[in-house]
Amino acid sequence: MVSFRKVRKAYGSLVVLDDLDLDVAAGEMVSVIGPSGSGKTTVLRMLMTLEQINGGVIYVDGKPLTHMEKGGKLVPATDKHLRARRSDIGMCFQHFNLFPHMTAIQNCMEGPVQVLGLSKAEARDRGEELLELVGMVDKKDQHPSRLSGGQQQRVAIARALAMRPKVMLFDEVTSALDPEVIGEVTNVIRKLVSEHNLTMLMVTHQMGFARDISDRVCFFYGGKIEEQGPPAELFGNPKRERTQQFLSAVKEAI
Amino acid sequence: MFDWLFMDEWFPKFDWRWDYTWEILPRLIEATGNTLIAAAAGYLIALVLGLVFALAQRSQSRVLTFVVREFVEFVRSTPLLLQIFFIFYVGPQFGITLSPWVSGMIAIGLHYSCYLSEVYRGGLDSVPKGQWEAATALNMTTAQTYKRLIIPQAIPPAIPGLGNYLVGIFKDTPMLSVIGVAELIHTANAIGSETWRYLEAYTIVGVIFLALSLPAAGLIRAFEGFVRRKLGM
Repeated sequence: MVSFRKVRKAYGSLVVLDDLDLDVAAGEMVSVIGPSGSGKTTVLRMLMTLEQINGGVIYVDGKPLTHMEKGGKLVPATDKHLRARRSDIGMCFQHFNLFPHMTAIQNCMEGPVQVLGLSKAEARDRGEELLELVGMVDKKDQHPSRLSGGQQQRVAIARALAMRPKVMLFDEVTSALDPEVIGEVTNVIRKLVSEHNLTMLMVTHQMGFARDISDRVCFFYGGKIEEQGPPAELFGNPKRERTQQFLSAVKEAI
Repeated sequence: MFDWLFMDEWFPKFDWRWDYTWEILPRLIEATGNTLIAAAAGYLIALVLGLVFALAQRSQSRVLTFVVREFVEFVRSTPLLLQIFFIFYVGPQFGITLSPWVSGMIAIGLHYSCYLSEVYRGGLDSVPKGQWEAATALNMTTAQTYKRLIIPQAIPPAIPGLGNYLVGIFKDTPMLSVIGVAELIHTANAIGSETWRYLEAYTIVGVIFLALSLPAAGLIRAFEGFVRRKLGM
């Protein structure tokens, strides 16, 4: 579903991602873990086209996202191409980024009405259905400022799902939350994993959660995938020294 | 012993005539209408153009950004009075002949739009980057993002600044008297030159300006609160 081919990202001389190759199969849930500065969030941001890549190609659903074919060659994508291709991808952010001047349901309706061209009634139905899914339908007429962090994040998930993406990206969606409300967000993601056939990429610091729900876990270190594998293997029997160090450091923190 | 201090030659008697005051009041009230129309029309032009200038300065096009920024700097660095004269008196030499009202509105609207564009810019910059990222994630276009998300969020914090310039534009409308727009000062001058009595006319003009400017600040604050509530912020 998603393929990174020799993807490079650098800010000046600082190389954030170095020749990254990563494949995510359709319906697969992949968690990305690693120390801060390891480039894990950049992976999602590039896939959402929030960051330009400096080398390599990203493919979504077999077609190039960051590039387009022109005369048999791949050239960097135009805005038009990006808009056409990124409709397959949805994203949730660490700080929710809800639209503060709109209610929960309006947040969910904005994309479908403006971008997909749904009628307001259709978009409202779809929005309510998804707010129901995340358990926020009773707060649908509240503005984000009246909602707790966990509630805002659940609305943000509904908003992203309203665009019917094939790939969902979760960028540290629980990192800005108070500990007691993390569960309400992880439960929603759990539900998505078990009931919906979405391809998901998740950057997280919740190791237990990643272990529970992921099909595969990638450990990033220094802009590269240091180690990856099924969660039981990576968490239970890490092979690389850096993975072991990172995991034991995380365990100590708890 | 200080009689000389109060001699009429030194200190003319304070001579306020109420009958005369009532006589000229209708004309000044009528002129107040013109002042308000001038301020409102100039402000409307400035509100729209200011936003256009602010958006242009954020555009992808370097040329457009450069041209607009330099124009704004130019207008802000030259006196409004000069701009009014220029449009009214120099315009005809280039075949652009405009009435006092139209030239005045263009000059004041253009002048203030440059100040308002700075206020708008502040408001637009205050919208968090995350809003843009969320818009990208929803695949919205730049135009949709501005219209639906960025401008609505940029306006409430800009209201106090925008409001200050409403009072400013109101107090600058007397400059239009120099090209013959019959606003308050122009009318007061006319009354004065008819009778050689200036005290009453100018005093009334001052009171009218004061009476209209003072409540403005409170109204602007109330309006900001109203907009914020309306947007749920």
